[in-house]
Amino acid sequence: MKPVGIYIHTPFCASKCPYCDFYSGTPSAGAVAAYTSALLREISRYKGRGIAADTVYFGGGTPPLLGAENIVRIIGGISDAFNISDDAEITLEANPSFSLCELFKAVSFTQTPHCVNRISLGMQSANEHELRFLGRRHSNSQVSDAVLAAREAGIENISLDLMLALPRQTEEELAASVRFAHSLAPSHISAYILKVEDNTPFGHAGIVLPEDDSVCGLYTSAVRLLGEMGYAQYEISNFSKRGMESRHNLKYWNAEEYIGFGPSAHSFFEGKRFFYPRDTESFISSPQAIFDGDGGGEEEYIMLRLRLTEGLVFSDYRDRFGEDVPADYLKRAGELSSRGLLSIDSRAIRLTTEGFLVSNSIIGYILG
Amino acid sequence: MSVSPELIRNFCIVAHIDHGKSTLADRILELTSTVSKREMEDQILDNMDLERERGITIKAHAVTLNYEAQDGKTYVFNLIDTPGHVDFNYEVSRSLAACEGAVLVVDASQGIEAQTLANTYLAVDAGLEIVPVINKIDLISADPEKVIKEIEDVIGVPAEDAPLISAKVGTNCEQVLERIVRDVPPPAADREAELQALIFDSFYDSYKGVIVYVRVKQGTLKTGDTIKMMSNGTTFGVVECGYLRASSFEPTAELAAGEVGYVAASIKTITDANVGDTITNANRPCELPLPGYRKVNPMVFCGIYPADGAKYENLREALSKLKLNDASISFEPETSIALGFGFRCGFLGLLHMEIIQERLEREYLLDLITTAPSVIYKITKLTGDVVYIDNPTNYPDPSQIAQAEEPMCSAHIYTPSEHVGNIMDLCQDRRGVFKGMNYIDSDRVDIHYELPLNEIVYDFFDVIKSRSKGYASFDYELIGYRKSNLIKLDILLNGESVDALSFIVHADKAYSRARKMAEKLKENIPRQLFEVPIQAAVGGKIIARETVKAVRKDVLAKCYGGDITRKKKLLEKQKEGKKRMRQLGTVEVPQEAFMAVLRLDSD
Repeated sequence: MKPVGIYIHTPFCASKCPYCDFYSGTPSAGAVAAYTSALLREISRYKGRGIAADTVYFGGGTPPLLGAENIVRIIGGISDAFNISDDAEITLEANPSFSLCELFKAVSFTQTPHCVNRISLGMQSANEHELRFLGRRHSNSQVSDAVLAAREAGIENISLDLMLALPRQTEEELAASVRFAHSLAPSHISAYILKVEDNTPFGHAGIVLPEDDSVCGLYTSAVRLLGEMGYAQYEISNFSKRGMESRHNLKYWNAEEYIGFGPSAHSFFEGKRFFYPRDTESFISSPQAIFDGDGGGEEEYIMLRLRLTEGLVFSDYRDRFGEDVPADYLKRAGELSSRGLLSIDSRAIRLTTEGFLVSNSIIGYILG
Repeated sequence: MSVSPELIRNFCIVAHIDHGKSTLADRILELTSTVSKREMEDQILDNMDLERERGITIKAHAVTLNYEAQDGKTYVFNLIDTPGHVDFNYEVSRSLAACEGAVLVVDASQGIEAQTLANTYLAVDAGLEIVPVINKIDLISADPEKVIKEIEDVIGVPAEDAPLISAKVGTNCEQVLERIVRDVPPPAADREAELQALIFDSFYDSYKGVIVYVRVKQGTLKTGDTIKMMSNGTTFGVVECGYLRASSFEPTAELAAGEVGYVAASIKTITDANVGDTITNANRPCELPLPGYRKVNPMVFCGIYPADGAKYENLREALSKLKLNDASISFEPETSIALGFGFRCGFLGLLHMEIIQERLEREYLLDLITTAPSVIYKITKLTGDVVYIDNPTNYPDPSQIAQAEEPMCSAHIYTPSEHVGNIMDLCQDRRGVFKGMNYIDSDRVDIHYELPLNEIVYDFFDVIKSRSKGYASFDYELIGYRKSNLIKLDILLNGESVDALSFIVHADKAYSRARKMAEKLKENIPRQLFEVPIQAAVGGKIIARETVKAVRKDVLAKCYGGDITRKKKLLEKQKEGKKRMRQLGTVEVPQEAFMAVLRLDSD
């Protein structure tokens, strides 16, 4: 069995960013300790089954709010329950508005065999008015400080998150953010097109996003610029230096297995998809995963693989399902190739940049 | 034992929609104790859901009632309810022919409307005695004096002592019954003569076969008789005959002249019992049929296709069942490249078409795609052959056509005078030829136009309503074919012609119609992965063009912590959406697009 990925959700934030749809809230007194204990209990239920894991991802929310000690305890709990490989990728998401220096040191220089070795920083933008619009409290110098802090703690694998296609954003503004990110020499950059979710302050306020044409222009220029800087695109919104792709996130897109802990955390394990409800209190008192159907089927696999620049590799499909990609799908993909939305050769179907922008439609079209 | 003709009154009720015909019928049923209040369902005569919802009568109904009058005698009332729409004019005329009198119900606040007028004229023409009744006198806006004057001026019948009633609350309704006794003449009835019975309605019963509603004009019809349909000579043995009670059939040994009732004679198909036909006794036939019979021909045609091709057989079955009860529907299989297998269906008019579509969808749970309605064009080819075309797809190549003709109507539009300008503009725009204008009273006008049928089958009625704030109404009849400069307009999506969207149009209208059509399609075809050109062409020449731009952005940028379900749900939603689409070549066209082109002028 392939090693799984472990996801740990932190349902806490100091304040809520108006665009964010992830599950989190401000922690009440004692909640962090109680939550950590609950996590450790749930993790320990997998103990003794000999499940191998090679990635751990602390996402959120704001994982630093757990505190270094709890993060280390949780990694310990995971090592105890799973067989963590020596070269495991262990990522911690962090918010640059925190003073992270001590935390990074504490979670990387540990007595335990496994420690945090990758940091993902929510930089979002290098333009002050954009940061304000996004409700982010940090400054550019705090982002540099955070990168420096990670390096001082011996963590070289650093990812920065960018947000693109903000209302009225110009290509120059976007380029400024990309250049600033590049100046910090991270190994990985994520660049997400802003989406307004219904149940967020942005959704309630009726924020108007740029016209589709302008979104497409911004996205395309970000892809081009990042490429020129040596960050190869490997997924719709993800770019990295060679060999520095997020191994954890690749599991999602390769339809490989992962186990998530914490409210709103999703799992795909032993062919089943399940998740914990978005409720921290119930997770602490009586955690109950909800079955969400079988996973890993053909359509799902195609849907996910087409997010990757590597694309839908025919031999991988055959290895996984014991048969070829249906001829209907290939025929319909062929119809789109002449329109510059994807390329198809003897090895794989790969979406182009234009194709990524309409990937939902393409997937729907191919699957018929 | 048949009742003496002296004690029989055969009548109908003529009224505009909403003027209270059904409510008055209910009161009459109550007053004659035909149904007790307890078992009475509101508006018992309109027993189809659709009829009640739309407030119109689609099929004729009849009921026999006993009324104990003030003179101490018990009268037999036969109330024949007539359909209430211009599409069913012929059925109306046959129902009227079964009566000696018509109760004319006029709303005390609204006065006479077009429909009332049209049907009243039909009644007058049929020699019926008109019994005017002013309804809704309980309304604050009621102005009975004005309405009485209007009835006298417009229809020319005395109305000064017309009963002033409120059918809703029951005021003075018994006066209506007394007036029927007094004013409606008893039927002339030679019961010894050769049998002549008029068919004014029929419907299919799965146990008894076709049940025919008849008015016996002369002679007597008995159980066991062999009867003959005079239009086609087919004969049947009478299994049962009887009276039509409000909620049941009451068998009797015979129906004699003057009486109204039903006949069951193991008739298998409804086309053997046509409305308007005369039944006679096969062994002792009458010399001539009753006047006025004509075969009812559909005037408006459209293609009806199941949205789900697998439901083709279900559609056939549903149409067959509806046809059992409605001889005026026609349908035959047709194939469309765009829509697959379906049926070309003929109807009496647009309302009839809508009703049938609605019944197919509602009663038979079918999801349908309907093509734009067409009329029958008469094409004379250079070879001298004459062909009638009801499907634009079959329109001959222009190089083979010597002459094209289209059906014309004589139309009357009744409108308050302030809207005359709007209505006339509309009629001009629809290629109407002005024939005259009559002031019905100081502020109401009857505008007479000759209009091509194809200009009124789409949306004319709706537009008239919207241009007159809902007040105008209209009425039309076919008057024959007229030479016309017709052309066939083709629609191309992504360069491929879509047969189901072709239609025939007058040359003068081709450009504007083509443009509107292209615009409507653009509004209704969602953006796809590639640009979709929409073209309208006459012959090979493109005369209008629009483009549905390609979708530029449709992406889920963020992966929500392994929450694949969101993406999967999106995919499911896409698939659901696709089920409502038709794949035409590489273009996906929603069902709505086919419908939208029916409403080109509605905005």
